[in-house]
Amino acid sequence: MLDGAETEDSLLEVNNIEVIYNHVILVLKGVSLKVPKGGITALLGGNGAGKTTTLKAVSNLLRSERGEVTKGSIKYRGERVQDLVPSELVKKGVIQVMEGRHCFEHLTVEENLLTGAYTRRASRGEIDADLNMVYDYFPRLKERRKSQAGYTSGGEQQMVAIGRALMSRPEMILLDEPSMGLAPQLVEEIFNIVKSLNENEGATFLLAEQNTNVALRFAHYGYILENGRVVMDGPAKELRENPDVKEFYLGMSDEGRKSFRDVRSYRRRKRWLS
Amino acid sequence: MPEQLIWGMEVFFNGLMAGVLYALVALGFVLIFKASGIFNYAQGVMALFAALTLVGIMEGQVPFAHLINAIFGTEIHHFGWHVPGLLAILLTMVVMIALAWAVNQFIFRHLVNQEPIILFMATIGLAYFLEGVGDIMWGSDIKKLDVGLPQGINGPIDELTYNIFNYGFFIDNLDLVATLVAALLVIALVIFAQYSKQGRAMRAVADDHQAALSVGISLNFIWVMVWSLAGFVALVAGIMWGTKSGVQFSLSLIALKALPVLMLGGFTSIPGAIVGGLIIGVGEKLFEFAVGPMVGGATENWFAYVLALLFLVFRPQGLFGEKIIERV
Repeated sequence: MLDGAETEDSLLEVNNIEVIYNHVILVLKGVSLKVPKGGITALLGGNGAGKTTTLKAVSNLLRSERGEVTKGSIKYRGERVQDLVPSELVKKGVIQVMEGRHCFEHLTVEENLLTGAYTRRASRGEIDADLNMVYDYFPRLKERRKSQAGYTSGGEQQMVAIGRALMSRPEMILLDEPSMGLAPQLVEEIFNIVKSLNENEGATFLLAEQNTNVALRFAHYGYILENGRVVMDGPAKELRENPDVKEFYLGMSDEGRKSFRDVRSYRRRKRWLS
Repeated sequence: MPEQLIWGMEVFFNGLMAGVLYALVALGFVLIFKASGIFNYAQGVMALFAALTLVGIMEGQVPFAHLINAIFGTEIHHFGWHVPGLLAILLTMVVMIALAWAVNQFIFRHLVNQEPIILFMATIGLAYFLEGVGDIMWGSDIKKLDVGLPQGINGPIDELTYNIFNYGFFIDNLDLVATLVAALLVIALVIFAQYSKQGRAMRAVADDHQAALSVGISLNFIWVMVWSLAGFVALVAGIMWGTKSGVQFSLSLIALKALPVLMLGGFTSIPGAIVGGLIIGVGEKLFEFAVGPMVGGATENWFAYVLALLFLVFRPQGLFGEKIIERV
């Protein structure tokens, strides 16, 4: 329904940002993107393309890693947010689910979920209602609510991480690499839940993903990053049909299989780098 | 019953009591280490600083008196009032919270994501700096601390044991109080960590501070809170040790006794700090009692470390150290 994303008003606007780590390492070299309200927007690209850094620039987890937005602006609901600390952003409704799950290993599943509500001033009743909402989306977590998160499986940890973010009642979830290290079936399950969260709870997603195939099936709009720049963007449907995306990211080609050496030289010629 | 055995029992109980005091110091280490991965070398000095401040406030001493007099040519030393014990303890706690804030504001918030060894070096620097500040603020003479805790031999225990063994045990009232206080402190800390929102956030930060940041927990707030708690534990330890042996520089050296306690109990376990403290206390007293006379005494100086070394070799995570959860 949101495939024509340009006409929607955007919740988040990232305008030509540059990110430098440790004062020397330039990671993002001018990234711009828009995330429409109520949509799923995907950030695609290979390792080191700058997907995670873009998300962390938005959630401002960068600063604790000695990273810094040196140029450009990040606006959430039209308001400049790049100087806010993460807890202020969470209160505004922007929360990041980090790559590699990052559960609190020694806390139980339920305690993990409760930490998600840390910034809220809600009554015990409201929190309990939200816990139940999370358990409805992730029934597996209910069974394991008393076990230490460190002893749950990778898929369950990813669910804990997403559920924990939900507990903050977010408007926008920055989801980093949810498919990482999970079996294809689980990836499908997680993405289906993301989709239903988007449709039923109205949560907006900005999603960084290496698994281009899955991401483009579930997202409405996609940006492709390479080497710290956006090299292509468009509605997910169009990207799926684009011959270059097909070849480089989906591993399909009209000309059938090629030898690895040919692919590499072809790639070198046809890189999107400016 | 043979005399040796009865004396041994008395030594055992006294060892337990000494162990409680070690445990109190170790507790402060565990709190900070768990929450921030910082091994706080300054914990002992914090206990000294807390005790100095407490005495200073109780006696109405003017802080930085020497400095002020040297600069302005005045001759002030005392405000001329005495602050009652309980109020002075509260005021000292305020000072310790201010210290916690300052430590975080000026040192550790700038060292986020640095190597543990750098953090450790920073705490060594802090330890000696704080010692100097304590000196300048309150003077370096040995002070007596008396907040009204009972001291001296415990009558009922003396009588009871005399009736049973025909030999009265010497158990110090202060040690009994310290045991009670330590027990209450540990129970309170465990309840706080397990069941309160801030306690849960504290454990979350201990597990993964990036993730804690991502859900909106303010690391600075949690760190100030943890350093304040450690300051409070230091204050309690300072009161007990200070009452026992006077407030003086050597108070900061008890921190070194907490090291073997931590190796035994595990750096991350609150119950571990207690049990470790008790084992070290009892162990060194009994060893001194049984073996000391044969080797010319003073075994208390090194026995704890030998015990700790044995533990390091056979059980490096300590008795109660957190199991390292690893899944592939």
